[in-house]
Amino acid sequence: MSADTSTMDATERTRALLTTAEPRRRRTDRIMAVLIWGAFLLAMVPLVSLLWTVLFTGAGRISIDFLTFSMRGIFGGDPSGGIYHAVTGTLIITGCATLISVPIGILVAIYLVEYGRGPLARAVTFFVDVMTGIPSIVAGLFAVALFTIFFGPGARFGLIGAVALSVLMIPVVVRSCEEMLKLVPNELREAAYALGVPKWLTIVRIVLRTAVAGLTTSVLLAVARVIGETAPLLVAVGVTDSINFDPSEGRMMTLPVFIYRQYSQGLATCREGQANCVADIALQNAWGAALTLIAIVMLLNIAGRLVNRWFAPKTR
Amino acid sequence: MAQRIDVKDVNIYYGDFRAVEGVSMTVDPKSVTAFIGPSGCGKSTFLRTLNRMHEVIPGAYVEGKVELEGVDLYGEDVDPVAVRRNIGMVFQRPNPFPTMSIRDNVLAGVKLNNRKISKSDAEDLVEASLRGANLWNEVKDRLDRPGSGLSGGQQQRLCIARAIAVKPQVVLMDEPCSALDPISTLAIEDLIQELKKDYTIVIVTHNMQQAARVSDRTAFFNIAGTGKPGRLIEMNDTATIFSSPAEKATEDYVSGRFG
Repeated sequence: MSADTSTMDATERTRALLTTAEPRRRRTDRIMAVLIWGAFLLAMVPLVSLLWTVLFTGAGRISIDFLTFSMRGIFGGDPSGGIYHAVTGTLIITGCATLISVPIGILVAIYLVEYGRGPLARAVTFFVDVMTGIPSIVAGLFAVALFTIFFGPGARFGLIGAVALSVLMIPVVVRSCEEMLKLVPNELREAAYALGVPKWLTIVRIVLRTAVAGLTTSVLLAVARVIGETAPLLVAVGVTDSINFDPSEGRMMTLPVFIYRQYSQGLATCREGQANCVADIALQNAWGAALTLIAIVMLLNIAGRLVNRWFAPKTR
Repeated sequence: MAQRIDVKDVNIYYGDFRAVEGVSMTVDPKSVTAFIGPSGCGKSTFLRTLNRMHEVIPGAYVEGKVELEGVDLYGEDVDPVAVRRNIGMVFQRPNPFPTMSIRDNVLAGVKLNNRKISKSDAEDLVEASLRGANLWNEVKDRLDRPGSGLSGGQQQRLCIARAIAVKPQVVLMDEPCSALDPISTLAIEDLIQELKKDYTIVIVTHNMQQAARVSDRTAFFNIAGTGKPGRLIEMNDTATIFSSPAEKATEDYVSGRFG
């Protein structure tokens, strides 16, 4: 009998010990949860509202014609123009900027992670950090000034814009690729060394191969960072209404610059009874182009995810 | 195939810090030599100087001579990459390459060096190496699966297969069983007995029973205190070290009085 009561006591005491939550801690937990959810929702408001606005204002303008015609010979309220020239311009200039920045960025990251020691590495890291803070318009002016040395004043063509974007892109690529390369376990490098694999082959075949998914993400983030740049392209590449596929010759239109130009045009004046005139066509064009730009960035992200999945180390 | 190592008065440094001092020893071919001693006494550091892996760490360097059949590994014209090709290494934690299949892991030493190998030779090498590592029967049906999908013990044997696939003269093992369960440990110990017919084997272990079971000769390392360099206290036949060591410290250690 007495043994029974003592076990009962022990159970009760243990239950009391384990189930008493301090009310203070419980209250703090509640408050923190509310605060964090509140902050999250607050941060989501502008994002959702932005996507909503762009989608609903821009979707109406999207059509095959809009995506495949340029603005050549389109004046006033004529709604038959399109953004083909701006889409190709954006893709060409951003593509060139990527071709310039990715090799430089990845090589710098490899240097910093695999070779860099001492003052030189510290200096490189410092200047990469400084470059991250360069205002984009300054990058544009730098590119223009650089090309003015070789081509004289007034030179405007796609490559100048690509160089300006590279100035903005390289530090982003370096910093994020550096982090990705640091994630590769040192044991894998040592395993390769112990097999008699030289350092450079270890970097190419093991380190880069293992990190390739992360590197792709880094590059895509950097592309997303510069694809919406307006100011440097306005300065370096200028504006045009025609299609131009040649980045080494002549002005080129890009989506951000197109959006800026259309939006600043404002309403067109349509005479009464004039056929083929939409007063707010410029604004519609701007929103349609904005939606297209967002769609391009999203397609790039999806492509990146697929590359990631394809290259990620598998365990089964 | 197996080769002998003579170590003459080696000091090992990490930057300014002298981690190991005054080690001289001889490692016999076709035998198993075990390094035992408390943590931080420099066994692993010393092991890594035997195939020039120590200098991979920034600021690390070695003084003295390590001779493989009379050739100083730290000589002027010696290529560290060639040294590592001749003296293979198995690490404490199994580290198969995560992006490669089992087959490619075994062939890593060949493929990563961009050496050409015919398909049939490659198949033969994979089978011979995996058989050598006692892993063939377990993985022969899934050679194209990723190596990181194997269990810990299988991964470690895969790493051994990978090491012997480059046909080294010497195999160094740095606590190869410390992350494994007793059954996998037994498999690896059996494997070590097999391997010593063809290779010179040096193994670092914290497990004294393991040293007693697998090794022919045992070297005991110790440190005088933290921050002091590690030293080779005594090296002898394993039976002698465990039954009647010459030094008091060795006896204390192997009988479990400290460490």
